[in-house]
Amino acid sequence: MSKVRVLVGTKKGAFILTSDGKRQNWEVSGPHFGGWEIYHVKASPVDPNRIYASQTSGWFGQIIQRSDDGGKTWNPPGTKPEDLMGPDGMPKGQSNMFLYEGEVGTHKFYDGSQHPWEFKRIWHIEPSTIDPDTAYAGAEDAAIFKTTDAGKTWKELSELRKAKGNLWQPGAGGMAVHTILLDPKNANRIYIAISAAGAFRTDDGGKTWKPINRGLKSNYELPDPDAEVGHCVHRIALHPSRPDVLFMQKHWDVLRTDNSGDEWKEVSGNLPTDFGFPIDVHAHEPETIYVVPITSDSLHYPPEGKLRVYRSKSGGNEWEALTKGLPQKDCYVNVLRDAMCVDSLEPCGVYFGTTGGQVYGSADSGTTWNPIVRDLPAVLSVEVQTLP
Amino acid sequence: MIRVVLPYHLRNLARVDGEVQLEVQPPVTVRSVLDAIEARYPVLRGTIRDHGTLKRRPFVRFFACKEDLSLEPPETQLPDTVVNGEEPFMIIGAIAGG
Repeated sequence: MSKVRVLVGTKKGAFILTSDGKRQNWEVSGPHFGGWEIYHVKASPVDPNRIYASQTSGWFGQIIQRSDDGGKTWNPPGTKPEDLMGPDGMPKGQSNMFLYEGEVGTHKFYDGSQHPWEFKRIWHIEPSTIDPDTAYAGAEDAAIFKTTDAGKTWKELSELRKAKGNLWQPGAGGMAVHTILLDPKNANRIYIAISAAGAFRTDDGGKTWKPINRGLKSNYELPDPDAEVGHCVHRIALHPSRPDVLFMQKHWDVLRTDNSGDEWKEVSGNLPTDFGFPIDVHAHEPETIYVVPITSDSLHYPPEGKLRVYRSKSGGNEWEALTKGLPQKDCYVNVLRDAMCVDSLEPCGVYFGTTGGQVYGSADSGTTWNPIVRDLPAVLSVEVQTLP
Repeated sequence: MIRVVLPYHLRNLARVDGEVQLEVQPPVTVRSVLDAIEARYPVLRGTIRDHGTLKRRPFVRFFACKEDLSLEPPETQLPDTVVNGEEPFMIIGAIAGG
């Protein structure tokens, strides 16, 4: 019987939630890396026992952790005894090293001045769809790094920052590559998103990048309607069967593109508010998408104190509220951009975590919900693995 | 033998209990002790001082013999009582955040 393993990153550690394919009864393990901020935990689709985690701290910086046994044990890559010594006999210890390539350069700062890039943390790790030793990491300050040795060393794909990086500006949450989407049909194509710079695409494996923000409107924040960069993209998502179609939750507005980002159009439709953070796509229905509307950019909680996931079965514009099992009064949590995911069972499972520490799951494509856990630290990210 | 006290999270990361003891060749300085720690526990590289610049991370502090050495130059020689192991060199996570 199939199983699911939900990987939860929180403000104070990682948790692993496991269940059989019915997704009714859950076991909770953790906290792993207690006391550390775990921005993201994600497994290789090629080797499900290999899981990468971004462990970070305002005091002690960035650590990458890796498990090769499905999350039972963890090690920073390159610090096992057999990995310790480099050619000169000195320990390598490079798995935590994220250095910007070449001249560091500057980006636009809050006060409009130019500010040097400073590495702060890894927000998102995206393992390759074809090689378990290859993964990409999205950094704050915004940059993308790649490992081809299972996380022992990381190298920046620095051309991204040449895509008008001097005009990128941090949002209130910082300036990070928070989303990385790998095209499953074209190994050279990668999409990334940055708040508050926009979405970008490479078609040559990261050698060159271009902004893909045409059609985005940010009237108050960005007066220039033709601005190529500067849009506050909160999240983008795709269905693996149709990687030219992307869905976007922007600061305000939900959008889609049918041509790999060359042109976007708004599909907010009848949403009660089109501000929000996560967006995801049903595992078996490429036109079924999910968002969690949030009141506004000033009020980061659900409208009317009702936690509602909205589902569109038409790729946007027509949305239905999903409320069964979710709190419909006095609920003032947020759902962050990396905190929603879907499994690939039938029917599709949908999961999301809140800043109040709840992780909700639905085993029927979002129609009904149940809390898997209620009292974790604030949830930063949720990923799920569907296991045989 | 130099005794080093690591903060809770770095002890966990390095998988050590209690104090760390290190052989450090004289002159024993802040820098040479940190070099020795990182050589023994490579996972700690970047957690006490930044990769590349080797600057102390902002919320990490160094103490010895009740003196704050955080702002002293890395070449600062440590007191004899630290060099002979009577007193530990302490790496502290600053009280910050809330």
